[in-house]
Amino acid sequence: MSDRPLLELDKLSTHYVTGRGTRTVKAVDEVSLTLRAGETLGIVGESGSGKTTLALSILRLLPTAAHIVSGSMHFEGEDLLAKSPVEMRRMRGKRIAMILQDPMASLNPLFTVGDQVAEPVRVHEHTSRRSARERAGALLRSVKIPAVTQRLREYPHQMSGGMRQRIVGAIAISCEPGLLIADEPTTSLDVTIQAQYLKLLREIQRERGLALIFITHNLGIVAHMCDSVAVMYAGRVVESGPVRRIFNAPAHPYTRALVESIPRLGEGPERLTAIDGHPPDLISLPAGCAFHPRCPQVIDRCRIEAPDTVEVEPDHRARCWVMAAGPRSRA
Amino acid sequence: MILFEADGLTKHFPLRKGLFGRSNGAVRAVDGVSFTIEAGRTLGVVGESGCGKSTTAKLVLKLEEPTGGTIRFMGKKLHDLDAAGLREYRKSVQAVFQDPFASLNPRMRVSDIVAEPLITNETLTKGEARQRVARLLELVGLPDRAADLFPHEFSGGQRQRIAIARALALSPKLVVLDEPVSALDVSIRAQILNLLRDLQRDLGLAYLFIAHDLAAVAHMSHSIVVMYLGKVVEFGPAKTVATDPKHPYTQALFAAALPSHPDETREEIILTGEVPSPINPPAGCRFHPRCIHVMPRCSEVVPELQTAHGREVSCHLYDAVR
Repeated sequence: MSDRPLLELDKLSTHYVTGRGTRTVKAVDEVSLTLRAGETLGIVGESGSGKTTLALSILRLLPTAAHIVSGSMHFEGEDLLAKSPVEMRRMRGKRIAMILQDPMASLNPLFTVGDQVAEPVRVHEHTSRRSARERAGALLRSVKIPAVTQRLREYPHQMSGGMRQRIVGAIAISCEPGLLIADEPTTSLDVTIQAQYLKLLREIQRERGLALIFITHNLGIVAHMCDSVAVMYAGRVVESGPVRRIFNAPAHPYTRALVESIPRLGEGPERLTAIDGHPPDLISLPAGCAFHPRCPQVIDRCRIEAPDTVEVEPDHRARCWVMAAGPRSRA
Repeated sequence: MILFEADGLTKHFPLRKGLFGRSNGAVRAVDGVSFTIEAGRTLGVVGESGCGKSTTAKLVLKLEEPTGGTIRFMGKKLHDLDAAGLREYRKSVQAVFQDPFASLNPRMRVSDIVAEPLITNETLTKGEARQRVARLLELVGLPDRAADLFPHEFSGGQRQRIAIARALALSPKLVVLDEPVSALDVSIRAQILNLLRDLQRDLGLAYLFIAHDLAAVAHMSHSIVVMYLGKVVEFGPAKTVATDPKHPYTQALFAAALPSHPDETREEIILTGEVPSPINPPAGCRFHPRCIHVMPRCSEVVPELQTAHGREVSCHLYDAVR
């Protein structure tokens, strides 16, 4: 593994601007992340925290109202922001692939599964129909679909949710990408099917040395799957670091509250630690740190000025004035 | 005290073909399910989609008529109740649904939403209704001024509080909570779960808590019933079932629940295959095609619920230990 990261984002900002340019929503605000080949990064956050916009920014698949306004983004050393639309199209599906939440929405109901799995191979590698079809069969076998020859001829509606999501997975890995972005891939699946799917993703990742970005609101998936994690709140990464550090010694009050607020299996009926208030509206963010109205440790400075990222430890960063104020004994 | 008792509860939805089609087969959504809910306690229902948990909730709410079995509420058979008795039952059993964006009418003010069940069921003056609404809003932790606002002016968590206030308006004894937090943001879920716990303690409510988040169910419930394809596979005290499951399905289900910490390791039991169709469920034990402990008997004899290791479990593995 080389020292150069596979993906490097530096202070990337994506803003949505309303039609007349009167209002700006900072959906992604100065996000810096690095990901090495073969690693798994979890991006957690609530709805509206900018996770999906971040993923779409990486692929440059943003809706027209959204613009990457500043920062830089490098994949395998290449500047993604300098690429033309045609060059980007050659990247997507080939070197960076994505899995979306709802498999029924990402599969075309009018084409057979075989056609859809073979499509990226035919488009990106210009292979013949026949060899693409053979590849499709092999791909379906690698995502553990039974009766492959029959399934290739069937349509998405003939399959169950878990099977459809595995087909979407097969399409995503069809051109052997270096990076796979999975946006809430198991939210629509049942728990036992989710377990099957996560296990399959880990196997594929190990076999192919794939780097994964897992976008989720489920801390359990992060605990189970990821090497490192970035916690997003109101468009900013408030904390990032190795997954064990984040769970054992969270530095940001939001992360700490989030980790403490989830019920654990096998624990008694004591009260959960709840976070007061509710997530902010991105159109009218509070001044200073966006989390300050809900923060139990708020100090005056938080209300006025947004905190910069501070390094708590190597690889472990947080955006918080209380952390920046100096080392503090941890409970 | 046993508040609610379901005995052999069954709901088959007939399948028909064509315009005047004859019935050919049935979806056996709920098939001979028995459980009890004690006053002031929580019964958690877990299971995957298609296991019949939502149909069970509808049967409890009397939104569906059972095709078999009986329900007793406070000792009385539901079947024998007259119109007045049924009205009383419907007042005593209320529901909170998953999505507060869908369950609240966007064109009504919060005060009207919360007062609606009061006006339908009781004779109150405007002033009295207003007072009752104020008390209910206070109970669920909403400010006074919330009464004059519309649902869209609230966040998801606050909307769920409005739905809870409405469900509590008639002082029910049992509240059916169908996935009450799964539509909410993660940071809000703990607030609502805590609120539900406080209300149970203060008002002596019984809950039927349905959710797919196993940790949340285990956290909230006093006892848990695990369903698979319309049948109860395990039923017992929450802690016993969650920490030491005995039915192979429950074991797989809880093993599949994600850890809440990266250092937490679980025995990895990953089921193969998917839940079969309830139209034509497997013979014998319905779980046998996916079970790792399957025996010849499992495909022939339907296992009955039997007491083993401090809970009830329907599995042939425990036939001998009786």
